Amino acid sequence: MIVKQHAEAAQEFIKDEARTDWHDETLWFVRHKRDKAVNTLPEWESLREWASQIKNHTLSNLDHYLKNFEERAISNGIIVHWASDAEEHNRIIHKIIADNKIDKIVKSKSMLTEECHLNDYLKSRGVKILDTDLGEYIVQLREESPSHIVLPAIHLKRQDVSATFHEHLKTEEGNFDPQYLASTARHHLRERFVESELAITGVNFAIAETGSFVVCTNEGNADMGVHAADIHIACMGIEKLIPKTEHLGVFLRLLARSATGQPITTYSSHFNKPRQGQQMHVVIVDNGRSRQLGRPDFRNSLKCIRCAACFNTCPVYRRSGGHSYHSTVAGPIGSILNPNLDMKANSDLPFASTLCGSCTNVCPVKIDIHDQLWKWRQQIVANGYVTSGKKAGMNGMAWVLSNPKLYRLSGTIVRWVMRKFPLVVNNRLNVWYKQREMPAAPEKSFRDWFKENQET
Amino acid sequence: MKVGLFIPCYIDQFYPQVAIATYQLLKKLGCEVFYPSNQTCCGQPMANSGFSNLTKGCDINFVKNFKGFDYIVAPSGSCVLHIKEHLKDGDNPIELEKIRHRMYELSEFLLDVLKIKHLKASFPHKVGMHVSCHGQRGLHLSSMSELVAPAYSKTEQLLNMVEGLQLLIPERTDECCGFGGTFCVFEEAVSVKMGKDRINEHLLNHVEYICGGDTSCLMHMEGILKRQELGVKTIHFAEILNSEL
Repeated sequence: MIVKQHAEAAQEFIKDEARTDWHDETLWFVRHKRDKAVNTLPEWESLREWASQIKNHTLSNLDHYLKNFEERAISNGIIVHWASDAEEHNRIIHKIIADNKIDKIVKSKSMLTEECHLNDYLKSRGVKILDTDLGEYIVQLREESPSHIVLPAIHLKRQDVSATFHEHLKTEEGNFDPQYLASTARHHLRERFVESELAITGVNFAIAETGSFVVCTNEGNADMGVHAADIHIACMGIEKLIPKTEHLGVFLRLLARSATGQPITTYSSHFNKPRQGQQMHVVIVDNGRSRQLGRPDFRNSLKCIRCAACFNTCPVYRRSGGHSYHSTVAGPIGSILNPNLDMKANSDLPFASTLCGSCTNVCPVKIDIHDQLWKWRQQIVANGYVTSGKKAGMNGMAWVLSNPKLYRLSGTIVRWVMRKFPLVVNNRLNVWYKQREMPAAPEKSFRDWFKENQET
Repeated sequence: MKVGLFIPCYIDQFYPQVAIATYQLLKKLGCEVFYPSNQTCCGQPMANSGFSNLTKGCDINFVKNFKGFDYIVAPSGSCVLHIKEHLKDGDNPIELEKIRHRMYELSEFLLDVLKIKHLKASFPHKVGMHVSCHGQRGLHLSSMSELVAPAYSKTEQLLNMVEGLQLLIPERTDECCGFGGTFCVFEEAVSVKMGKDRINEHLLNHVEYICGGDTSCLMHMEGILKRQELGVKTIHFAEILNSEL
């Protein structure tokens, strides 16, 4: 399958301008809700700073905290697994499923399992998983990937959901009343929760001092699955750790406000140990994270708590849709995480930004996202993942701009040509000109004017 | 006070009126203004495209032209930010540091160094304010809608000194216009869509002009305004501050 580069996919997305406006306004609404929520806390900027420092400290002592967590979790009765990559993560989960002869599995939202393509891995081995987060459930029915890490089906209108439910759940055709659709989904999901034998969840925060972990949802679907099933598998990246329970308050306050403008997620579920007769597994996954930790310029991207505030504020994301980023994690944060996973395949992503810096400002853990986008651009070019045309253009530009006389001569010629023969630039080959007029070309540059007027 | 005037390359070539206004304004305010005549570009177009390894020529040329001034002033937040963050010259580390610290965007120079309180300027028009990202989020020329912090804006403070000017703020106070350097051609569709959306908000305010501190953003929006024959003009704040009674 040929994956379209961001610019091309975005161009297609924008062709439906009314829908693009709807997408932009929907996500801007979330950004606006976030603004209102954060402005109720005078200490907001201090919270961000604390969260950043806690995460920086944790990342600098990650080996220590991982071992702490493992030790405590084991003593709580949790079975701990280590996976160096996506393949190993999937293999571990498949083995637990196979060993226990399970075929009824529910999963609440976990971007890590999306990143590892767990569903596909299990499907090819005859194991089916049901995604129980409503948004994830919708995209799963449509055989799509999530377009947003917090709002997986935000690219869909209720009319689209209605059509999907009509096809798969036999809802009335053309009935797109949200309450009707949600209650149908709830009815179907409820049956699957009750009969589930194994529940998979993600992990929002793992606490080193207690060996426990916290899962945040708004739908309660993580709890529903875990309480009904005899086996719970929680999947976490190595960066999900925080040292102490007392740090949790900082992050829970930041997470929900940043994500949706809520003061707190509806359910912040704490898991400490398996109940009697239950198996509780935690799979701790690296999958490139330790490599990112070893990159001084990019290591602090691992502070990310997956709130997606940077998606909602990004003017490019809002107008190009999550699928144009051809990755599990889209948006600005995805554009600094994905090149670590595959620099060549994701070499377009750091360029899908104007470097406006809004992402950095909304980030609750103060990741310098736009600076890292700039740095990834340097890495990508240095590694040769750039077209020869662009390279030649940049070399030419650098040469002209390094030589004052040549710069002035080129400027004079270009302006003269633009005045005398405008069609040389005003044509289809000029991408700027497609939807924009060129600037007027004055006879004199400022330098020309200055030479004539400086004494007056 | 010796002020070196840095005029970004595309302003020199395509928007000399912005440079003239900046020069005349600084002279009017009593500065001894010098224009080093061999200046070219800050190097940002290459660096932001991932080719910071190609900016050496620009960097050396910049240091050569701008060493020795008390202040360096430019009518562009974006180019000033690039100089402050990315100028390199391994042979002249001391000059480099001096240049970084003496580099000012025009509005911050007027308010923080010259500390002007009033201006003799008149511009009886409805003017929409466009906030440019690099000046705002990079140089902190105004407060940012994302942060919980007191509101301020250096450009607005200056424009409020102008007689007759009616300043109108779009609903999304500081969303990017979509210019983004080479982004404007490599991501043409998104770039233009962002520009159109910015313009539409200003149109709702019935502005006659869209005003900003970075001519690159204005050039992008001007291109769309002209193509769509919307009749709204773009203008750099220096031109407004320099407009006589």
